[in-house]
Amino acid sequence: MLRLEKRPSPSRFWQGATPILAVVLTMIAGGLMFAALGKNPFEAIRTIFWDPLFHPQFASYSRPQLLVKAGPLILIAIGLSLGFRAGIWNIGAEGQYIMGALFGAGVGLAFYPADLWFIFPLMVIAGAFGGWIWAMIPAILKTKFNTNEILVSLLMVYIAQNFLSSMSLGLLRNPEGGGFPGSRNLSQYPAASNPELIAGTGMHWGVIAAFMAVIAAYILLQRHILGFHIKLAGQAPRAARYAGVNPTGLVLLCMGISGALAGLAGLFEVSGPAGQISIDFNVGYGFTAIIVAFLGRLNPIGILLAGLLMALTYIGGELAQFMLGLPAAAIQAFQGMLLFFLLAVDLLSNYRIRLAHKKEAI
Amino acid sequence: MFGGIDPALLIASLMVASVPIILAAIGELVVERAGVLNLGVEGMMIMGAVCGFIVSVQSGSAVLGFVGGALGGAAMALIFGLLTQFMLANQVASGLALTLFGLGLSSLMGQSFVGIRPPSTGAVPLGPLADIPFFGRVLFSHDWVVYASIASVAATWWVLKATRTGLILRAVGESHDAAHALGYKVRRIRMLAILFGGAMAGLGGAYISMVRVPQWTDGITSGAGWIALAIVVFAAWRPWRALIGAYLFGGISVLQLNLQAAGARIPVEYLSMSPYVITILVLVIMSSGKGKAALSAPANLGQNFHASR
Amino acid sequence: MTRPDLLRVEGVTKAYPGVVANSDVSFAIAEGEIHALLGENGAGKSTLVKMIYGLVKPDSGRMTLRGTAYTPAEPRAARASGVAMVFQHFSLFEALNVAENVALGMENPPPMKELASKIRSVSEEYGLPLDPGRMVGDLSAGERQRVEIVRCLLQDPKLLIMDEPTSVLTPQEVEILFRTLRQLSAEGTAILYISHKLEEIRALCDEATILRRGKVVATCTPRDRSAREMAELMIGATLTPPERAGGTKGATALEVVDLSVASPIPFGTSLKNVSFTVAKGEVLGIAGVAGNGQDELLLALSGEVRAAQGAVKIDGKGVGHTGPNDRRALGLVAAPEERLGHAAAPDMSLVENALLSGALRKGLTKNGFIDWAATEAFAAEIVKDFDVRTPGTHVAARALSGGNLQKFVVGRELSQTPTVIVINQPTWGVDAAAAASIRQAILDRAAGGAAVVVISQDLDELLEIADSFAALNEGRLTTPRPVAGLTIDEIGLMMGGAHGMEVAHHGH
Repeated sequence: MLRLEKRPSPSRFWQGATPILAVVLTMIAGGLMFAALGKNPFEAIRTIFWDPLFHPQFASYSRPQLLVKAGPLILIAIGLSLGFRAGIWNIGAEGQYIMGALFGAGVGLAFYPADLWFIFPLMVIAGAFGGWIWAMIPAILKTKFNTNEILVSLLMVYIAQNFLSSMSLGLLRNPEGGGFPGSRNLSQYPAASNPELIAGTGMHWGVIAAFMAVIAAYILLQRHILGFHIKLAGQAPRAARYAGVNPTGLVLLCMGISGALAGLAGLFEVSGPAGQISIDFNVGYGFTAIIVAFLGRLNPIGILLAGLLMALTYIGGELAQFMLGLPAAAIQAFQGMLLFFLLAVDLLSNYRIRLAHKKEAI
Repeated sequence: MFGGIDPALLIASLMVASVPIILAAIGELVVERAGVLNLGVEGMMIMGAVCGFIVSVQSGSAVLGFVGGALGGAAMALIFGLLTQFMLANQVASGLALTLFGLGLSSLMGQSFVGIRPPSTGAVPLGPLADIPFFGRVLFSHDWVVYASIASVAATWWVLKATRTGLILRAVGESHDAAHALGYKVRRIRMLAILFGGAMAGLGGAYISMVRVPQWTDGITSGAGWIALAIVVFAAWRPWRALIGAYLFGGISVLQLNLQAAGARIPVEYLSMSPYVITILVLVIMSSGKGKAALSAPANLGQNFHASR
Repeated sequence: MTRPDLLRVEGVTKAYPGVVANSDVSFAIAEGEIHALLGENGAGKSTLVKMIYGLVKPDSGRMTLRGTAYTPAEPRAARASGVAMVFQHFSLFEALNVAENVALGMENPPPMKELASKIRSVSEEYGLPLDPGRMVGDLSAGERQRVEIVRCLLQDPKLLIMDEPTSVLTPQEVEILFRTLRQLSAEGTAILYISHKLEEIRALCDEATILRRGKVVATCTPRDRSAREMAELMIGATLTPPERAGGTKGATALEVVDLSVASPIPFGTSLKNVSFTVAKGEVLGIAGVAGNGQDELLLALSGEVRAAQGAVKIDGKGVGHTGPNDRRALGLVAAPEERLGHAAAPDMSLVENALLSGALRKGLTKNGFIDWAATEAFAAEIVKDFDVRTPGTHVAARALSGGNLQKFVVGRELSQTPTVIVINQPTWGVDAAAAASIRQAILDRAAGGAAVVVISQDLDELLEIADSFAALNEGRLTTPRPVAGLTIDEIGLMMGGAHGMEVAHHGH
């Protein structure tokens, strides 16, 4: 019989080692899953984790995609991690991402076809605002009416998705699109587009924003009293109140930051890689970012690495779909599995596992 | 505006539409009464939906399909239980993981079943009762799962209120430390509750794919699990109120579908977002007023238990 | 009078990683005997009774009950053998009613209606009346204890274990409890009475086993020993009571006027029209049975719960509407009762915990940016000045023992040159030596001109350090009176007497 024993202090070694262990375990379990699907597990794992970066034929296309996919994941996950640290569970980032894209694209399209320097900056502000306002709804309901923010923020995703389809079929539909759903393509409207900044790298404004968010979050959490209060509120809410933290303010702040960052991610995506508002331009970054945030142990640097890794599984997944006929859903299940293993091995940082000699009543 | 909508049909279909939510909400209600917050209802439902669908198509039996659905949901719940009760993982994160994993895995499993019709779950032959005007249509022409779902509410109410099992379950949810001090096996009791919750969510999911829709498509539960979670809060952890909440929600979904079909002037998207909007409004009403709903929540809800000494 | 042994404990040892909780412990209890288990916090009393009650298994040694081997695998088995236990904390369910709570502690409870009438009759027979339909969360601490006692009595126990039963009672309620226990003893029920309060043990118990650091250091007949002798056996050293400089009172530093706030705690007690003043150099002791508004009073004084502006005044300035940091700026520091989770964050290091309340008065931040070097120095200073035993300032707060963490928390507040100090339960769960040093530190600050409010459930402590005395009773505060000249009866009445428990004892 195994017994758990709480460590006096959390183990620093295991805090760093658990994500790596989780990735290895997921590769093993994922390999078994791929084998069950009739694929060669080693080939599948190699195609997902190695080929996007080093395959002689595909790497030149795949490599830039790494930053394209990692950018929004990191940007959203940084925002979410602040809330998660404070015990504020915004899980509706997908909705905030959609609303940011709608607001930002809406502003850009309103100016079409004007060519003015301030259009793109204005879109950025509108995108952040769209995500922020969508996150403020669960935040205000929580602070005013004590409503559960988990449920409300999640239900708001479904509402946002309906807005998105309404917009792409109605108000924002391309009048020259021959009746097809979807807006004008912003990447073909220079004043409103978010282009690749350095050819062949995938670097666009969204990726720069993500790196800036990582640095800002790092400084906030390590050096600033506000970051300390965020951590404190999550670990010991009563101690936070004792330290003078205002819980209402913290909810508004954390939800606001995460909403605004998710909105920004949506805007950069819709004006760059996706190009246009369409019914399904969103591909679930808002949900995958939850995995990224946990995989990065809610630490900015960790999130940076986790975002790159998760982006790799997206690209590798597409490659595996193309080369091995691996279903797209297999990658989604694979990502979910990663979170399971992470949560399971996380135990090691706070507890020691010992062989118990005698069974005690538990 | 209501032209062309038959009230008897509306109420009858409302009862059918509510079944998945009732089943999942009752399961989650029991789990939460034991002090565990499983946010993975959506994931367990969709696994129930796909497992139920596959089993029923392969076996040709709707009953076996529901068994398969319940097992699928319970298998997911088992993962959640191992993570939270034995690995002491955060319950919120584990529930989310369950949902993300369930959505991916179900779509993987259901791939080759798209476009197939499952065997039908027929109405229970209630003979002359079904011929009573209005009430026959509303109450006595349903399949057995509709009646089973109402029976599950009654049974849960009775067990929680009047039996020792229910008392122990509530005690564990109120204070795991006290229950442990009296010698109750907190982990075992919670594990059983979690498995029950998973099976019920799986049944609810199976009902969606086998009766409500009835076919397999990705993401078929479309947020029903989250609505069920909201209904548990709405119900203030009381079974009969969960039934009312589920019927309220079922009524709104059926009404908006009817309005869509009747060609109402409101755009389709706004009609289909209405159930979510109303669920949020209901949550607000229930939670406000000095945190009324929060007061009746089990005191140890969402807290992990570790017997240190 | 020799009675046959009921329970014998022989050579029992139990070790946890890093600590030996019990080492070769032996003692015996006779039928109908009231036996004291005496020891300081951490002496191993709890582990020992948990083994007798089947919650923990001994590593070695044996127990016999009426001559046959006794090895309870779980509390259920212990109860079946006639061993019952009244817990100090953690065994009642606030949201369930009395009858349900009783039923949960029984193996085969009768149907609820029958049980309810049994509860009524048994509770009245022993002078502890209870309404079976009431929600436990709404009961006072004394009434909750009755629920536990009645739960045990319904099972007709041969041995009743009582863990620190009087810490939640007024002096009058203690008298009633003792009468009940003597009645039980006369009927043949043995009682294992765990306490560190010597006078009580001398008044009640037939025999005593004294534990120190997990070992039996003495057995004695309490009536034949003085409290001082037993204290020295228990502590293993001679204690010097704190020194008081007979300071003079200065101007009023803290004034509370008609303070009423709703409790933020479920089943908590709201404060009703609390008024008092504390002068510079004065120590006001506030007594009261647990759950009569102590936590709420601390929250309202620290600023975690807000009230009307004029309800709390520091040096004449109304601050009732402000938060903790505004009050800290004016010189008020507060130390809550709950160390882990309220006064300190369990998983954070001592450095971070030093920042938690010290940021403002010690100037540990500039424009919101944390000066970690200064914070580390502050934490190291607390550790040094208050003799906190820790491997370093970077260990998590939860790694410290209760007493050491208490020294750290109290030290952190006292090191901020406060003008007003509010402390709830300064020495709860702390060993005698550490308690004495904490009390001395508080008195030193008072001598230096600080106004001090000490909220405590330990009457001896209050009488030792306070200049004036008041009691909280259901959220109301009595008018403070000078400590000099107060009798224990007067104190008991200020604390609410017997909370309507004065029901005639039947039985004899």
